Amino acid sequence: MNQTIETHLQVGSAGTSEKKLFTFGEPPGELTLESGARLGPITIAYETWGELSPARDNAVLVAHAFSGDSHAAGYYKDDPPGAKPGWWDSLIGPGKGLDTDRCFVICANILGGCSGSTGPSSINPRTGRPYGPDFPMMTIGDIVETQKALLDHLGISSLLAVIGGSVGGMQVLEWCVRYPEMVRAAIPVATTMRHSALAIAFNEVARQSIMADPLWNRGNYYDSEPPHLGLAVARMIGHVTYLSDEALRRKFGRRLQDRERVGYGFDVDFQVESYLRHQGSKFVHRFDANSLLYITKAADYFDLVERRPPARSIRDLTGAATRFLVISYTSDWLYPTYQARELVKALKRVGLNVSFCEIEADCGHDAFLIPDKRLGSLVGGFLDNVRRS
Amino acid sequence: MSAVPDTMRFDLRVIASKIEPGSRVLDLGCGSGDLLAWLAENKQVIGSGVEQDKTKAALCISRGLSVVQGDMNEEVDDYPDKCFDYVILSQTLQQVWEPARLLYSLSRIGRRFIVSFPNFGHYSIRLQLLLKGMAPKSEELPYNWYDTPNIRVITLKDFRRFARDVGYRIVDEIAVKTDADTGSGSVISRWTDLRASYGIFIIEKQT
Repeated sequence: MNQTIETHLQVGSAGTSEKKLFTFGEPPGELTLESGARLGPITIAYETWGELSPARDNAVLVAHAFSGDSHAAGYYKDDPPGAKPGWWDSLIGPGKGLDTDRCFVICANILGGCSGSTGPSSINPRTGRPYGPDFPMMTIGDIVETQKALLDHLGISSLLAVIGGSVGGMQVLEWCVRYPEMVRAAIPVATTMRHSALAIAFNEVARQSIMADPLWNRGNYYDSEPPHLGLAVARMIGHVTYLSDEALRRKFGRRLQDRERVGYGFDVDFQVESYLRHQGSKFVHRFDANSLLYITKAADYFDLVERRPPARSIRDLTGAATRFLVISYTSDWLYPTYQARELVKALKRVGLNVSFCEIEADCGHDAFLIPDKRLGSLVGGFLDNVRRS
Repeated sequence: MSAVPDTMRFDLRVIASKIEPGSRVLDLGCGSGDLLAWLAENKQVIGSGVEQDKTKAALCISRGLSVVQGDMNEEVDDYPDKCFDYVILSQTLQQVWEPARLLYSLSRIGRRFIVSFPNFGHYSIRLQLLLKGMAPKSEELPYNWYDTPNIRVITLKDFRRFARDVGYRIVDEIAVKTDADTGSGSVISRWTDLRASYGIFIIEKQT
């Protein structure tokens, strides 16, 4: 372990974790997806922090957002000096909101992703080549089924809590309607029961930008140069939706990038252009274009309100013992607070115990990922209450 | 059971003493959650709260209380019928835009509801208007006419009449006299319409 990581491993760091793989659904026991398609074998990459209690009652499942991965906290043993910790390190660790001295925290890369779990860039055992466009359409429900299989494998039949933001929050809600008896507490953060037309619209523009890149080649690009330009533009659009008017104004305003006056051309003039180009080109090195297509579509399909029976909707939660803490952010325009309030309303109507708080923050949808003591203290206090009851 | 602590506002102490152990309680405008926390600790109450102020609501949740941040006038609409044994509205009625509508919601979602409010019929208030000819101020209602959040003036008698007219049965009425200097208070039983600084009413909807 190198020196830099050593110094980070004080009180408060979740420490080092390692990415583990769990494979299930070997033919003929493939997983039947919501669409009816069958998929298997499926590999799920996951990491854990803390210890599972002898009573196996302290497990917390963390669900990541659309471009996230299993590395929610701490460091890897072989991280280079100066490496950033996991994406929710501010929330997960000893003494933090998700206290790893008390909880056994699990985070798995989602089905369809590209950070170790089976997705369109994985090898299709039938052809020996990446799935590409042959990867079946999947849903948030299918993601939850793979997480359920992982928990079965780990011998966990009850969760102290499921928590996640954005698309992770959708997984939290899907867990509650599919396995209410397994979930003692649910913490959906900066999320929605279903995408608004605005959210679908942004996703569609992101998808179109990938599909319009000739290198996308109808999803068959794993033997050639990938559609990095399309993917970068998709990320630029996404990134704007994660910020806010205030955040952009504060961060960039109309400031120019490396120049005194505008250049009357299509090169970068403004800092915000430079920033978005940087975000886009950084993203293509860690994410797969097809994964973006599949996961955004799953998020667009997600609808907890209108569902064709026997699929369970939010109304079927009547009588569930699950306790809810719903959190939204004032400047989130992707999943605005009114959508969180609709969720709270629906939960109250079926008689569920729900807490709700809107957090003041000017950094938009991304606020849930930015270190902030308020989220930790809400989550910590709420879980204390759940443990007592 | 421990005694209700002196640090809690006197009318809340009286209300706390009236709640039966193990009840389901909704506290509207629960502030930082002192009443709910006390009830949970000492009366094993299953409590919920509604608080408009984000910082206070967050504080409640952080201390382990079940609280929804929002406007009580809207939040009460979503609860199922009779899902609480007690709904508490303490010292807020005088600030509510549509009191009749709010109280109806309270009677719908609660088996009983408890309302407390400053008594505008207190003799000092009557005298101020009579002798000075100006909008009265008191320790409980300290604002000027132009900056007060208290948009309604209610006397104990007003509330009794209202309850009778809309068919609410007053299960209990407690008149409270507080001393603003010491923060102490006492329950009074004589000349309450004139002497009470606050009235606390426990209400059941007649069926």
